[in-house]
Amino acid sequence: MKSSVIVFPGSNCDRDIAVALNKMEFKNQMIWHKETTLPKSDLIVIPGGFSYGDYLRSGAIAGKSAIINEVIKSANAGCLVLGICNGFQILTETGLLKGTLLRNKNLKFINKDVNIKVINNKTKFSSNYKKNQVLKINIAHNEGNYFTNSDHLKDLKNNNLIAFQYCDESGNVNEQSNPNGALENIAGIYNSNKNILGMMPHPERMIDNYVSNTDGINLFSSLLN
Amino acid sequence: MKITNKIIERHGLKMSEYERIQKLLKRDPNLLELGIFSAMWNEHCSYKSSRLHLKKLPTKGKQVIQGPGENAGVIDIGEDDAIVFKIESHNHPSYIEPYQGAATGVGGILRDVFTMGARPIALLNSIHFGSPSHPKTKSLLNGVVSGIGGYGNCIGIPTVAGETKFNKTYNENILVNAMAVGHVKKDKIFYSKAKGINKSVVYVGSKTGRDGIHGASMASAEFNEDTEEKKPTVQVGDPFTEKLLMEACLELMRDDSIIAIQDMGAAGLTSSSVEMASKGSLGIELELERVPCREENMTPYEMMLSESQERMLIILEDGKENYARNIFKKWDLDFVIIGKTTESKNLTLKYEGKLVGEIPIDALSSNAPIYDRKWVKKKINNDKIDIKSLKKIKIEDALIKILSSPNNSSKRWVTEQYDQMVMCDTVQRSGSDAAVIRIHKKNKAIAVTVDSSANYCKSHPITGGKQIVCENWRNLISVGAKPLAITNCLNFGNPEKKEIMGEFTECLQGIKEACEFLDYPVVSGNVSFYNGTNQKNIFPTPVVGGVGLINKCNQTIGHHFKNENSFIILLGKTFGHIEQSCFLRENYYILEGNPPTVNLKNEKNNGEMVLTLINKNLVESAHDVSEGGLIVALSEMSIGSKYGLKIEKQKNLRNLTQYLFGEDQGRYLLEIKEENLNDTVKLLKNSNIYYENIGNTQKDYFEIEGEMKLSINDLFKINNQWYKSY
Repeated sequence: MKSSVIVFPGSNCDRDIAVALNKMEFKNQMIWHKETTLPKSDLIVIPGGFSYGDYLRSGAIAGKSAIINEVIKSANAGCLVLGICNGFQILTETGLLKGTLLRNKNLKFINKDVNIKVINNKTKFSSNYKKNQVLKINIAHNEGNYFTNSDHLKDLKNNNLIAFQYCDESGNVNEQSNPNGALENIAGIYNSNKNILGMMPHPERMIDNYVSNTDGINLFSSLLN
Repeated sequence: MKITNKIIERHGLKMSEYERIQKLLKRDPNLLELGIFSAMWNEHCSYKSSRLHLKKLPTKGKQVIQGPGENAGVIDIGEDDAIVFKIESHNHPSYIEPYQGAATGVGGILRDVFTMGARPIALLNSIHFGSPSHPKTKSLLNGVVSGIGGYGNCIGIPTVAGETKFNKTYNENILVNAMAVGHVKKDKIFYSKAKGINKSVVYVGSKTGRDGIHGASMASAEFNEDTEEKKPTVQVGDPFTEKLLMEACLELMRDDSIIAIQDMGAAGLTSSSVEMASKGSLGIELELERVPCREENMTPYEMMLSESQERMLIILEDGKENYARNIFKKWDLDFVIIGKTTESKNLTLKYEGKLVGEIPIDALSSNAPIYDRKWVKKKINNDKIDIKSLKKIKIEDALIKILSSPNNSSKRWVTEQYDQMVMCDTVQRSGSDAAVIRIHKKNKAIAVTVDSSANYCKSHPITGGKQIVCENWRNLISVGAKPLAITNCLNFGNPEKKEIMGEFTECLQGIKEACEFLDYPVVSGNVSFYNGTNQKNIFPTPVVGGVGLINKCNQTIGHHFKNENSFIILLGKTFGHIEQSCFLRENYYILEGNPPTVNLKNEKNNGEMVLTLINKNLVESAHDVSEGGLIVALSEMSIGSKYGLKIEKQKNLRNLTQYLFGEDQGRYLLEIKEENLNDTVKLLKNSNIYYENIGNTQKDYFEIEGEMKLSINDLFKINNQWYKSY
């Protein structure tokens, strides 16, 4: 499986995702933001970080960069696209995913391990997880408070487009287990074709028992199916 | 412009220093030259009050590749790997403008590390605030923590360890010390020594603005009523540009294009060019109209003294200019050849073809003033506190008071604002005795930690100096690392006062003795004097940052209890030394007396024994006993674990309170599984190491037989409430 990781100035989880993809034996390439063509890829990853310093608004400038038109073209043609953290923010800026990421409710950067629940396990990103499986996963963001309008929220629910929700250890989705104020505890969503996933938590940080756990591995292994 | 006494004073120079300038130049300086002297001769850059004392520190060892004198120290961690690290203060700017002051402190120390060719892999900090009830403390704390996080999170280097302390001594002068650690291949280390004549001197990075002019001079004076007016001297950080600069520099460093490289830190373009020329015994000629400027009509004076961030000066090999320019172009950074190296041994400054200043390099560096300042020995208060004469307090109440105090509460509110996981090699995060960072793509790891003990240093500077080195060493041992070397940040008051100079001299004496005995050399550091406002000086606060090596990263252990029914071994002797303890401070506000003595021989033997036991996989978890004594250390092993403990009634004990809360040094707590107990005890006995088997772990409860029983959930809540309610 061929993957491409888009590297913006200020991306800082690009190496981490590359390590994860290589470990899972993807044939991965790093694509610099000034490129105007994308190599043929089965998966495009937009990594976390602070693209263009997150100046103006997180993800806003990356959403207008040279390479992003190619990403949009590929996504519309059905290529799998994964946006993690800043990558999720960028995807909402391009319109590939609807809604937006507001500042965390406590107005502070949050880095900690949280629990999320797999809501839809019938997608190319999640088929190796069980439905409602609880994952322990690291978040690290300042703007992770997902918000969208009520029509879109209805659409997300009706069409099973919510990928993950923040929850407690036992899988209860409630206010106490919501780290950043996200609407309905949403931690990640799909587009209507389910070929694009945007998520705030970092699955690439959860592939190695020495530093954390291996709860992120099945996301990558699902993609290989 | 005529140089008047007022102008000299405004530049922070003494009259005698001005006369020295006249003698060295054999004429009067012009204003630009005076500014340059002021930037190079201030305390922050010249170390004029500390240099004679710093020379006494041990800086060598077979693990040392580069000691003090470069951008950062470098140590050998085996194979072709080396670690580059340094700590630096950004106290004065952080008090004036906490967010930017702290952020640029992080940015500055990162540049020191990647300038040497290393990719930064960890950030640490030691931050000290005034009393929580002081009206400024809350906003300073918020600003500093978000500034540290704002910079480190954006550039993508994990902030993995640190300390946050409160003491009213810092009410008017907080401390913000930042440490950076990087990894480099031994044959790819870059230095700042210029070589060769007519080589291009290249300016890269951000443009030069008017921010930070005279920043180093500001950091070399006490604060007073006018402090607020000094805001313009604080630099503004841009971590995004620093990220680009770091990647561009590291990309250029893959090749052999660079002869010498120096970041523009304190005193900006001035100190970077003087440093490189001075180390290479060369001259440097700059054509200042070429300097990329952010603002219009900047004068040579402003360009030379600006402390705008995220800039570097590079001396390039012949013919490499285009190659290097393309790399910086890729990263959208300025790249301008602004001058060349010369034979003259002068700093020669031209502006639009005209000579605007010329100073012998020696006059700025080796001929800078050095002071052997007067100092006096600390008068030691040998008062003993008779604990029986104090109002009786229950063990449980005293413990709760300590665990819920600002200084001993869980620091999660702070550390959750820092990205600790980016780069995906953080094996142990904040809250551990030391953070553990794996070397990328290898099986080995380093452990890093920072420590300070201002109360101990104030009451007995020599002991305090020894103690911080030993505590730092113990913290590394506790995670299974062999301690290799330290960096130090020496935060003191006004060195022109003989008592302060005495504190400095004696603390350094203590640090030296401990470092020598433990083969734990000092490879880099920084001195920050004039920490005080209106003659009120801070407690002496040397901060030690240590680095240790773990050969196999699966051998590191944490400090949380891992099993039920494990044995708890207290290694090292308990005398019940209660003066200067957290117990007396938090419960009785008693600040008198001496800190516990430090026995270096015991420290070494005990530490080496703990490391042996960990390396033999006999230990489940370990924790050093420090502030708060035995009972606080035991609580810390329970909080965050599923297991508490039961400590049996101790026989023949003179005083249980002193036993539990005394802060005797050289002690560790070890969790040993039953099946490993015999082997452990045999090793301890054979080596004549004093130990006690004090009890066992148990589920859910923290229990001291006959005295107290608390659920570990309650303990967790007690320890995690202060920041939330502040």
